[in-house]
Amino acid sequence: MPAVKRPTRLVVDRTTKPIMPRYLKLRHDPGRDRWVLLAPERILTPDAIAVMVLKLCDGERSVDDIAAKLAEEYSAPVDVIAGDVVELLQDLADKGYIKG
Amino acid sequence: MTEDLKIDGHVDSIAVDDEPTTGVIGDREESAILCAVAPVGLLAELTHRCPLQCPYCSNPVELESVKNELTTEEWCSVMSQAGEMGILQVHLSGGEPTARKDLEEIVKTAADAGLYSNLITAAVNVKRERLEKLKELGLDHVQVSVQDVDPGGAERIGAFKNALEKKLEFARWVTELDMPLTINAPIHRHNIHNVPRYIDVAVELGAQRIEIAHAQYYGWALLNRAALIPTYEETIASIEYVEAARERLKGVLTIDMVVPDYYAKRPKPCMGGWGKGFMNITPAGKVLPCHAAESIPELNFDNVRDKKLLDIWMDSDAFNAFRGTDWMKEPCKSCAFKEVDFGGCRCQAMAISKDPRNTDPACSLSPYHNEMVNLAKAEAAKPATAFVYRNTRNAAQVSKAHGEVFEPAE
Repeated sequence: MPAVKRPTRLVVDRTTKPIMPRYLKLRHDPGRDRWVLLAPERILTPDAIAVMVLKLCDGERSVDDIAAKLAEEYSAPVDVIAGDVVELLQDLADKGYIKG
Repeated sequence: MTEDLKIDGHVDSIAVDDEPTTGVIGDREESAILCAVAPVGLLAELTHRCPLQCPYCSNPVELESVKNELTTEEWCSVMSQAGEMGILQVHLSGGEPTARKDLEEIVKTAADAGLYSNLITAAVNVKRERLEKLKELGLDHVQVSVQDVDPGGAERIGAFKNALEKKLEFARWVTELDMPLTINAPIHRHNIHNVPRYIDVAVELGAQRIEIAHAQYYGWALLNRAALIPTYEETIASIEYVEAARERLKGVLTIDMVVPDYYAKRPKPCMGGWGKGFMNITPAGKVLPCHAAESIPELNFDNVRDKKLLDIWMDSDAFNAFRGTDWMKEPCKSCAFKEVDFGGCRCQAMAISKDPRNTDPACSLSPYHNEMVNLAKAEAAKPATAFVYRNTRNAAQVSKAHGEVFEPAE
């Protein structure tokens, strides 16, 4: 086997530019009126805010950019939001659903 | 499923819950409540044909012949109906699903129906061009079974020459094509010592996921139990290794583990509850609540050739037989965990206690529990018996022998 670069854990901070791998599918599930993130052998059910975060994970926006957008939307302090977004994305990265 | 949605305006409650889609026991509390309205997952056993002959196979011993298989149109209709009724994921399995020449059409119809598709393959007879085509048609995920990480072991367990080399080559094509890869590692006494190397191989291949799937003793595996069951000590050591590896490889590799329930204290919430989130279709179109359900003689199964999939889901006797908790006997009936594990596996209750309404003997509260554990330990302490390979000759022999001892074909 040729030498393969060993992948490492993504540690999310406010400068991370998170991206959702193409093989994940974020879809509205009309029968149950909820959003689902379809992944290998898993179905995730993100809430409305998590959906908004996931839609912004395009590999170009940083966590700070995403937090700023949410702060505007929800009229909430950006630092608090950034902390929550880091926490959410770290959890998703540890499950393999977000790359940096 | 509205209780799963935590929509409110506060960012501090961002929530993502995940549900397993094949009854796999994942990390932490992933046996979440499944959708009560329609199933989320469909296991489509496209054929019982298979180039391998693995003795741990969970297919029924009585294998379905090619002439009874659903046609292309019938499978495509199943996929369309599945999408319409709200099924989210389809697992294309078998036997070996690529033995169907019309797999491409089935995959395309599944993708058009909005299903997230998963190909579960032995990966010994598939060309790279075919994989590329399947990806183009919308295949989402590929799961490759690896019988052992030692070439000799893989060859002996699957009875297929150079199997490992072919599988690893195929697995590399999957990651080169930027598709998500799962390595399925069926674990038993002949490869349990290789669990650490399995995990290393999965990381080297760039797999997203590995399933350390201790054999579940149904179908061929039940027939081969004395050839397969590992010792209690080996089992515990492998589970501890996996738990440590899971922590070490967080964010790199998802490790799901199906535990061997002969050594468990609590039963697994089989299929996330009977008729709660999953359905299984056999090569001939019978619709089952789980892939082993045909081992329960009292159940009658409907067929997609006769009825709509949704009607079968809602009204089929087989699905209604063990839905909810009303069917339960003691100790399940008054148990605090009855909505958590649903009494465990009906097929295992049938296999060990001869009554599918009994508590799964994997549960320490079952009167059959000690018997089952002692049986497992006694079998594991003896030298492994010879494999009864999963092939049509042995299937015919077994049905002739009617449970009596027979000489397995080589």
